[in-house]
Amino acid sequence: MNRYSLRSLVRNARNRHEGWQAAWRNPDPKREYDVVIVGGGAHGLATAYYLAKEHGVTNVAVLEKGWIGGGNTGRNTTIIRSNYLSDDATHLYEKSMQLWQGLAQDLNFNVMFSQRGVLNLGHTLQEMRDITRRVGANRLNGVDGEVLTAAQVKAIVPIINTAPDARYPILGASLQRRGGVARHDAVAWGYARGADARGVDVVQNCEVTGIRRDGAQVVGVETRRGFIKAKKVGVVAAGHSSVLAAMLDLRLPIVSRPLQALVSEPIKPVLHTVVMSNAVHGYISQSDKGELVIGGGVDAYAGYGQRGSFSVIEATLAAIVELFPTLSRVRMNRQWGGIVDVCPDACPIIGLTPVKGLYFNCGWGTGGFKATPGSGWVFAHTIARDRPHELNAAFSLDRFFTGRLIDEHGAAGVAH
Amino acid sequence: MLLIHCPWCGPREQTEFSCGGEARSARPADTDTLTDQAWGDYLFMRRNPRGRCLEQWVHAHGCRRWFNVERDTVTYRITRVYKAGDEPPGGDS
Repeated sequence: MNRYSLRSLVRNARNRHEGWQAAWRNPDPKREYDVVIVGGGAHGLATAYYLAKEHGVTNVAVLEKGWIGGGNTGRNTTIIRSNYLSDDATHLYEKSMQLWQGLAQDLNFNVMFSQRGVLNLGHTLQEMRDITRRVGANRLNGVDGEVLTAAQVKAIVPIINTAPDARYPILGASLQRRGGVARHDAVAWGYARGADARGVDVVQNCEVTGIRRDGAQVVGVETRRGFIKAKKVGVVAAGHSSVLAAMLDLRLPIVSRPLQALVSEPIKPVLHTVVMSNAVHGYISQSDKGELVIGGGVDAYAGYGQRGSFSVIEATLAAIVELFPTLSRVRMNRQWGGIVDVCPDACPIIGLTPVKGLYFNCGWGTGGFKATPGSGWVFAHTIARDRPHELNAAFSLDRFFTGRLIDEHGAAGVAH
Repeated sequence: MLLIHCPWCGPREQTEFSCGGEARSARPADTDTLTDQAWGDYLFMRRNPRGRCLEQWVHAHGCRRWFNVERDTVTYRITRVYKAGDEPPGGDS
């Protein structure tokens, strides 16, 4: 692997930058692997990376039906935070946050992680009470958080409308200063490059069409490029998890829904932090290129079509204009949808299945990007050791039968 | 945006409706003896099909009646609408 550094930049500049290597190989799949990861999004690539790095398991393939990072990894609004309410979720997302903080150095790839702070607005007295409770819970769990007044919010974000006569007046917010954004493509590319350098085969255009088992033991996967034998199979397929589970007659508590996002034309810097609102239901940040990156809620119905309803776009932009009247004439350049795998308790499923050697990591729903490093880290542990790490032990499929759900729906400061 | 043909009111915009999730999910009758597995299956587990899907919808901002919809979850095309309690046309596959 070409290590990126100031020295390599100078050396390649002398060759007119014609000596750079491809960041990862594009190999054909072998006939057999120790571990096959189904899904080449950032979660799958991170899983492969940590399998190699933390557990020495390098005979690994990541099988991606399209191109890496072409699914939800490249379709989200890149918000990163760890201010969840429940202990289980907070510990998991906080592990992720800690990995984010060293990720660019670890991967030797600039993921443009920018800890610009995340504001979660409160518009009602009850919301402010919930925010106060959540920030308290965060701080007890070692996660930074502050409760701000409307005046403090206005000082940080001058273009926000904090007028008391607004239809949904802003009463205050929580602030997680370590929260922020990262460059989503770079996360996929960085993990792919890091995994590839450790011997992992990242195989694109290789759709998995079946999962083969012998009795209760998984033995490999059928793909568009033939059968690939595997001792263990980890499925990280986001919105298509149910489709893969159905190959083994398993059912998951997941509904796949379109979640849309939009970016505006580039404008001068007006917003240097992330602003989220539950009540009016929108979230916004400004990219380094100057585009406003905007998201909102999921569609009201199930869908696999990677596009959603106009009514959701309208509601999302109405929310943004409610918060920032000055943005009302900014034009939107692009809009797209991703298929998110929504669980009833808005928490992921990471763990073993009734089939030996088969592991699922799914159900991240509307908030998976922020969890990418932690998700890969715990899933790699789960696959390598054939048992969950203590951070993901509570996130088993079993919780839907025992009743021990991890209720983060609406509790996590999220616009779900 | 979907245009949904309510069996009673005719074609209306999707925003008038609420989706009640998958059809064919009858609440178990013998709740006293039900296992945790069976409860979990009923409450949480979903087919979540890619393609043909049978769903229940309610005309929440209209006649407020429930009915069933056969819809493709990839093209989003609605192929049939049938009343609650009726058998799905074309079989229960």
